[in-house]
Amino acid sequence: MTLALLLNIVASGLLTGLVYGLAALGLSVIFGVVRVVNFAHGEMMVAGMYGAVLLFGALGLDPILSAPLVAAVLFVFGWALQRGLVNKFVERPEHMQFILLLGIATIVLNLLLMVFGPDSRGVMVPYVFDVFEIGPFHQDATRTYAGLGAIAVAAVLFAFFRFSRTGKAIRACADNPLGARVVGLNIDGLYALTFGIGAAVVGIAGALLTLVVEARPQLAPEYTLLSFIIVIVGGLGSLPGALLGGVLIGVSEALAGFLLMPSLKALFSYVVLIVVLLLRPQGLLGRRS
Amino acid sequence: MTTRFPRIGLTRRQLGQAAVAAGALTAFGKAPVFAQGAALKIGVLLPRSGHLAQAGQACQRGADIAPAVLGDLGYKVEILSADTESSPDVARSRTEKLINDGANVIVGAFDSGQTAAAAQVCEQRGIPLVMNIAAADGLTEQGYKTVFRNFPTSTMLVTNGLALMKDLFKATGATPKSAVFLHANDTFGMANKKALDALFPKLDMPFQIVDSIAYDPKAQDLSIEVTKAKATGADLAIVTTRAADAIMMVKEMVKQRWEPMGIVSPGSPGLYDEQTYKALGKYVDFAITNLPWYDPKAELTQRVAAAFKKQYPNDRFEGYAFNVAFTLEAILVAADAFKRAGSAASEPMLQALRQTNLKDKMMVGPAITFDAKGQNVNLASACVQNRNQRPTVVLPKESAEMDPVFPMPGWAKRT
Repeated sequence: MTLALLLNIVASGLLTGLVYGLAALGLSVIFGVVRVVNFAHGEMMVAGMYGAVLLFGALGLDPILSAPLVAAVLFVFGWALQRGLVNKFVERPEHMQFILLLGIATIVLNLLLMVFGPDSRGVMVPYVFDVFEIGPFHQDATRTYAGLGAIAVAAVLFAFFRFSRTGKAIRACADNPLGARVVGLNIDGLYALTFGIGAAVVGIAGALLTLVVEARPQLAPEYTLLSFIIVIVGGLGSLPGALLGGVLIGVSEALAGFLLMPSLKALFSYVVLIVVLLLRPQGLLGRRS
Repeated sequence: MTTRFPRIGLTRRQLGQAAVAAGALTAFGKAPVFAQGAALKIGVLLPRSGHLAQAGQACQRGADIAPAVLGDLGYKVEILSADTESSPDVARSRTEKLINDGANVIVGAFDSGQTAAAAQVCEQRGIPLVMNIAAADGLTEQGYKTVFRNFPTSTMLVTNGLALMKDLFKATGATPKSAVFLHANDTFGMANKKALDALFPKLDMPFQIVDSIAYDPKAQDLSIEVTKAKATGADLAIVTTRAADAIMMVKEMVKQRWEPMGIVSPGSPGLYDEQTYKALGKYVDFAITNLPWYDPKAELTQRVAAAFKKQYPNDRFEGYAFNVAFTLEAILVAADAFKRAGSAASEPMLQALRQTNLKDKMMVGPAITFDAKGQNVNLASACVQNRNQRPTVVLPKESAEMDPVFPMPGWAKRT
């Protein structure tokens, strides 16, 4: 095994992990602010994938270009879901929230299955089989674009929460909902906005993922679980933690698959999860509650 | 003194007894099974959702067109469908439910693990199970009296598949020196691996297997697996796939510029599925699958193809034919036994199934019969190569539609 081969595998895992991390960011944003665990996360992501596939089929739009449109649709869906349904459960016991979101997940999953069927659908962008080669180092174009797209979206999201007035207001809600209400912030509106932003980020992740993975309804529960693992590894509610968790899972899966056994890839995510829970229960970048 | 109901001639006592009998029948008994004029209730168990949904839905099409096609041939069947959600546990509970709902026979369940779960229930309840697609050898080795399989075992698939590989090398004059085996680590994939390990040394194959790479059947990315396979430097890729992993695997081969002499499956689905043709186009051409295949000239095939076209006018029959054919044949086997048995009761049905000798069918090869274990041991395989994104028989020569191409052209040379 050469160093170049190992570097290729690490780079591949890193790029895949960035997209995983972007997907988990949406989950982390919603949980960090609204304190509701979105069990329909994977379903929303697969809906985003199908959105990109449909736009590619109808208008020939590259998923990188259609991602904002997909994000807009999912923003509206997330916003309306929070306003119309989830908001009524924010103050209720957690098990009620879980059942509600699981119900929504089941409905969305079966709708996707009814509308699109079980066959996988992909996008045949012109560069689908292209590879970037620099000496012994090579990486496929779609994975590279998806990874770079994930970095760009994450950077915009971080900047929004750090520098914009709305972003600061959302953070205030997350830190101290009562205090935020006292100073006159519209908590319900900000919760709906946050849910919409979380859904939009998931939609973008879904659109970017179509460059690497074919869309299938049955992917949804897998991605919900994977995002949970990433968010717990990175730290619940931590945005950089979600991205770091994604990269860690992506790289460790790739290395375990190559150095140990490919069938151990998924298992290795759980190994990372257990190790993190044992050594740092709040997650790598999470705060101790 | 008894009060008589003058209009229907029943005493109150008789009416009460009838009510009790009807109640007891509803509560504890099964509906009586009448053959004359009644339809056979067939519980079709398939993974219509979950990670095997694509194949399960393709099989379901066979079940959906079966009542009309078989009705024209004088068989009366009623289909009760159930979804296993690609899970053996769900398969077990759905089998129970189908039987409780009145199914006289179970047909299914595409996957060996789920079929094994269904077989246990059928054996306990004494209900016949006719497998449509499931290859693990153990399914007919448990001593069960109620299982019947009109599908090759993994051993048969691999034996026939390897023999056809030798024929392929002979016909094209090109022989690889080494091969790598890529397979999912589910029941089917592992059964094929076990059969390959056991049979390979005995069959005097002209190449060595340098590595076996198992992967999670739910994997979303096979880049590492293909990197690993490429790194072995093997001349030939032997694969056991289903559609989703076949697509990912070939895509990665193209991206990683790995050009083995050929991609050959010793009897798994995936490489010839409609979904694979749509996703990969020219890149899946020249891939080969050695498996039982339908006889395009058979009368039943033509009936089924016409019914398929009528019901699914936008889809090509060839891309679904394998799953449709085996599912429809399994239903036909049950319907034929029912017709001969004259009853849907368990014992006569089992007896009739054991005596099956069905000549009018879809798949190539001799009549469908079952040995003492319930296995059809007469299933033959053909070498099916993708040509112009269509599964095409290239061997044996007497059934060939085209000559085989091996080694396959490089990725950049395809038009």
